[in-house]
Amino acid sequence: MTLEQQLPALQVILPLFGALICALMRRGSLAWGIALGVSFAMPVISGVLLAEVLSNGPISYHLGGWAPPWGIEYRVDTLGAYLLMLISAIGALIMPYARASVAREISADKQAWFYTMYLLCLTGLLGIAITGDAFNIFVFLEVSSLSTYVLIAMGKDRRALLSAYQYLIMGTIGATFYVIGIGLLYSVTGTLNLVDLTARISEIGPSRPVLAALAFLEVGISLKLALFPLHVWLPNAYAYAPSVVTAFLAATATKVAVYLYLRFLFSVFGVSVVFKGLPVPEILLALSIAAMFGASLVAVFQDNIKRMLAYSSVAQIGYITLGIGLANKMGLTGGVVHLINHAMMKGALFMAIGAVVYRVGSARLEDFAGIGRRMPLTMAVFTLGGLSIIGTPGTVGFVSKWYLAVGALDKGWWWLMFLLVASSLVSVVYIGRVVEVIWFRPLLHTGTTVREVPLAMLVPMLLLATATIYFGIDTTLTAGIAGRAVDMLLAGLS
Amino acid sequence: MAVFSEIVSHYNHWITIFLMVSGLYIVVARGNMVKKLVGLSLFQTSVYLLYLSPGKILGGTPPILDPNFAVYSNPLPHVLMLTAIVVGVATLALGLALVVRINEEYGTIEEDEIFPVKDDE
Repeated sequence: MTLEQQLPALQVILPLFGALICALMRRGSLAWGIALGVSFAMPVISGVLLAEVLSNGPISYHLGGWAPPWGIEYRVDTLGAYLLMLISAIGALIMPYARASVAREISADKQAWFYTMYLLCLTGLLGIAITGDAFNIFVFLEVSSLSTYVLIAMGKDRRALLSAYQYLIMGTIGATFYVIGIGLLYSVTGTLNLVDLTARISEIGPSRPVLAALAFLEVGISLKLALFPLHVWLPNAYAYAPSVVTAFLAATATKVAVYLYLRFLFSVFGVSVVFKGLPVPEILLALSIAAMFGASLVAVFQDNIKRMLAYSSVAQIGYITLGIGLANKMGLTGGVVHLINHAMMKGALFMAIGAVVYRVGSARLEDFAGIGRRMPLTMAVFTLGGLSIIGTPGTVGFVSKWYLAVGALDKGWWWLMFLLVASSLVSVVYIGRVVEVIWFRPLLHTGTTVREVPLAMLVPMLLLATATIYFGIDTTLTAGIAGRAVDMLLAGLS
Repeated sequence: MAVFSEIVSHYNHWITIFLMVSGLYIVVARGNMVKKLVGLSLFQTSVYLLYLSPGKILGGTPPILDPNFAVYSNPLPHVLMLTAIVVGVATLALGLALVVRINEEYGTIEEDEIFPVKDDE
């Protein structure tokens, strides 16, 4: 076998071994070097895989040479490759940024462990996206979750420990619900391979154990996804985690859960079971709208900006699930493209906040007063990201909302389009509040220490901010691939 | 009578459901962080039973090729649960480690006493 054929395995094994080597390091900077190398290799591998999938169709890799459905299969299709690309690109952008920020926020003796946990988390997230085995997904889910709990608990504030504990409880309940669902499916079908499951479930039809499994899986994944009202773990976890962790998780972790949602609702159970005869779209639409408004309104009243953006994340996840609930070509494309768009803009926003925390040591709104004069570039990134959250034309946020609105119109739901616009207006309030404070208030911290962050932190932010503009204007790459993935997902509906 | 035998013959599932629900109840109802973890562990453990009991076939043997035996029990659930046990142990260990750190920082592990504490941002 050539190296190219081994790429699906390398995508997971490289970060896993990287984590192992990092665990043996004592010096944080050495561990950072390894994490950097691995993180830079990841987008190369996913890029090759994505190109291969787009031109030649899905890749199937048999782990250990055992043919599916008996052995574990790694399966990369359009949606999977799209997600792999997203996770690894964000990982590669975060790593140069991480060094200075981690050095400021985490004590020297724990830095090597930090990078170990980061690489394990990356392993888990990439693993979920690449594997074609339902139980393997559970294992990767737990690899990423357990390392996430540790990463969150590394925050400076003692409340980081509490939020990590709360997340551990909720996350484990979610993962256990997932295993229960898989257990029910396995006892009905006798297989764990996703492709095989799809075929056998369509033979059995919606029998009672299958529907029970659907319910368990949906609740379990919704917990990981932070779907309103199962989002209570998310705001605290994001607010008190180290800045790098917040930026990384906000851009990737919930997106992977959305991917699982798509995988199970559309592929495994099949659109004909889930979206015809079951009230799944209605439930999703109601919860999504509640998230869009409820979480946005709560965000308006937050004084900690990290927390505010965390609530905004819950609202943005609402847009993604709204697209899933619409379940038509345009709506779902909006949801899928919002995966990557939201990752870009929230990554940029949290990195900008992390940069302020690096200089000022706080994420409270009043400490941001007039800071735009001292850190103009960082705050320009924040403003761009904010504009994108609002959905200003020319940014990626507009692209997603446009697709969602057209999807709603295709269904003839005018009211939903108005709700989309109205919820954007709420985000104008919470983003506008911060923008007003950073640009128009007199400077609070007059000391000379507050200035632009080092170049290694600045460049990743600027790249993400540029991407929010670029992909807001030229959508052929993002929306094009999302459209192809959606065609695959919706294949069973017509 | 038919209903009764239906219930009794599925006793393994009833035990599973009882363990599952009581574990989940403890997680929700208890304010002590260690007790919550005990409940969580119970909840996870119930899943092992959910997987293992349908894997057993009455009169089935381990899946070893032998002309004398034709009915085999499914070994895969055991392997899956071995993995799940490892995950469960890791989760419990991490949870307890977090509780130790919380106790060091707050001086208590009762949620009723921790949540009223207001830290400055």
